Amino acid sequence: MLSFPVTGQVIDTVKAVPDSELVVVAPVTSLIAADHKYDDGKMIDLSWVPSIDDRLVEGNVMGYKVYRIEGDSEPETIAELAPGSNAYNDQSVERGKLYSYFVSALSSNAETPSIRTAPIQPQREWLNIELINVLIMALVLGGAVIYFIETARRGKKLFVRKIAGLEAVDDAIGRATEMGRPILFIPGILDMDDVQTLAALTILGRITRVIADYDTKIFMPVSRSLVMTAGRETIKASYQAAGRPDAYSDDMVTYITDEQFGYVAAVDGIMVRERPATVFLLGAFFAESLILAETGNSVGAIQIAGTARPAQLPFFIAACDFTLIGEELFAASAYLSGEPKQMGSLKGQDVGKAIAMAAILIGVLTATIGEAWNVEWIQHITTGLRDIFSTR
Amino acid sequence: MKRQIPIIITFLIGMIMIFSFFIPPLEGLEQTCSLFFDVIAVFAFFLGGGNLMRIHLNKLRRRKKDWGFSIVTLGGFFIMLAAGLLKIGNPGGIAASPTTEGSLLQEIFTYVFLPLQSTMYALLAFFVASASYRAFRAKNREATILLIAAFVILLGRTPFGMMLTAWIPESFSVLQVPNLAIWIMNSPNLAGQRAIMIGIGLGVISMSLRLILGIERTYLGDESV
Repeated sequence: MLSFPVTGQVIDTVKAVPDSELVVVAPVTSLIAADHKYDDGKMIDLSWVPSIDDRLVEGNVMGYKVYRIEGDSEPETIAELAPGSNAYNDQSVERGKLYSYFVSALSSNAETPSIRTAPIQPQREWLNIELINVLIMALVLGGAVIYFIETARRGKKLFVRKIAGLEAVDDAIGRATEMGRPILFIPGILDMDDVQTLAALTILGRITRVIADYDTKIFMPVSRSLVMTAGRETIKASYQAAGRPDAYSDDMVTYITDEQFGYVAAVDGIMVRERPATVFLLGAFFAESLILAETGNSVGAIQIAGTARPAQLPFFIAACDFTLIGEELFAASAYLSGEPKQMGSLKGQDVGKAIAMAAILIGVLTATIGEAWNVEWIQHITTGLRDIFSTR
Repeated sequence: MKRQIPIIITFLIGMIMIFSFFIPPLEGLEQTCSLFFDVIAVFAFFLGGGNLMRIHLNKLRRRKKDWGFSIVTLGGFFIMLAAGLLKIGNPGGIAASPTTEGSLLQEIFTYVFLPLQSTMYALLAFFVASASYRAFRAKNREATILLIAAFVILLGRTPFGMMLTAWIPESFSVLQVPNLAIWIMNSPNLAGQRAIMIGIGLGVISMSLRLILGIERTYLGDESV
């Protein structure tokens, strides 16, 4: 049992070892215990300078033991760390209690404790000041979106550029109708807690309204049970809105499997057997993106794809007729609805883009001029911009 | 009420998620909400399994087209379910983890499921080849630029590319194919990717606001779409 450690007071950790055989190592120094900034008062950060005997070559330090003393109680071991460690984050403290710490450097048969830190009490902070830049940006962007929604609601006409992939939706549905073949809608492989899946379902709602009007067959295989439930509700509502509730069937949306490649195998099979005239690939996709898109291409389907995963976009662009790139996926529902409120939210995004473009332009100019001519105040602008647009 | 309650829940949870990012005492709430989602998803899993059985049993009963595949699907489903629930062949008995080495579930997973999964993944190589063939046809200006960039990158990552332009003096080393490939990846390619990422970030903010404020209700099955 350790109590009241004193620096350099060697403790025999292996019983019955004569003092002359103890491997004594130097203690850690500059041990500091500090309240973890911007948390709920549940963490304390420790840092120290490792023992001078902690070396890769001919070093005797086998590791470190972190001890904690709560109030006047006995020390307890809270962590055992590898050689070379110089910090520890204690996440098992309680707000309002006093703690002090010491760290022992371990040799093969002894440990040398450091000086004990002054008692410290973890504090709660109500606002994470380090994220204030993010908060301001969120307020500006959120404010811009709400402002343009209100502007659109008051009847002001807002210009939104044409999105080729969405302009082609009606033609793609019409093609399936004329050919008498089904439409396949694939909403990605993630669950309802992913915003891309939500975006896919909002688009589904818009296009099934048209599908219901045209009396075309739609089939939606899914890899998540919750998406199946939400997909059915969405399609059912669209059929009801189109005045054709009788044409709706639960079999339009079927659960396949949560397994990525099991799902792909099943969907590929459906494509080859049913030969859909139109395939929508909208949502979150991973390695399966190209397998699905190429199979769709091989059966001669017109394909409209969209994802917010940049790594999958090249595959969709290569294999599909139209691709909604990133933000277009999120804009699709608003675009297809044509509702002023929804269109207003798209306009709000443009403010964000304008800020991003201005920041990039100023950043490039100041970084170039600042480095080329070594102008300090211009370099400060670059640093300031970098701080504004980064999180710590 | 059927539509209002989900909108109220979406608003409250959305606000909690936003505030918990900036207010440390609310950090725990974010994780609690995620746990709630997991619990709901587990219950929904029964719906998914039930649906799978219903569809395929129905297909078998009515001898619909391709009903043979339904036998394979249902067979796989029930064998895995029984192997997992009854811990068949599990060396640790009924109390052990279903994935214990040597159990039937683990054996099927290792010797049937994983090879099938790898087979599907391996198809990607052939699909990349066929998609590249179409994408790299120089049918217009953009496709030609894509073709040239792809050619330089492919060449730059082979020893032949290095050998081909090794004679270029050090002062013009940027013109060596491997360096050109690195420049394409780190400058135009990265700039394009970042532009897409900025757009995605803004799109997510706008979409989230529409959902939280109840402007976008299509995903709830709103009939007024």
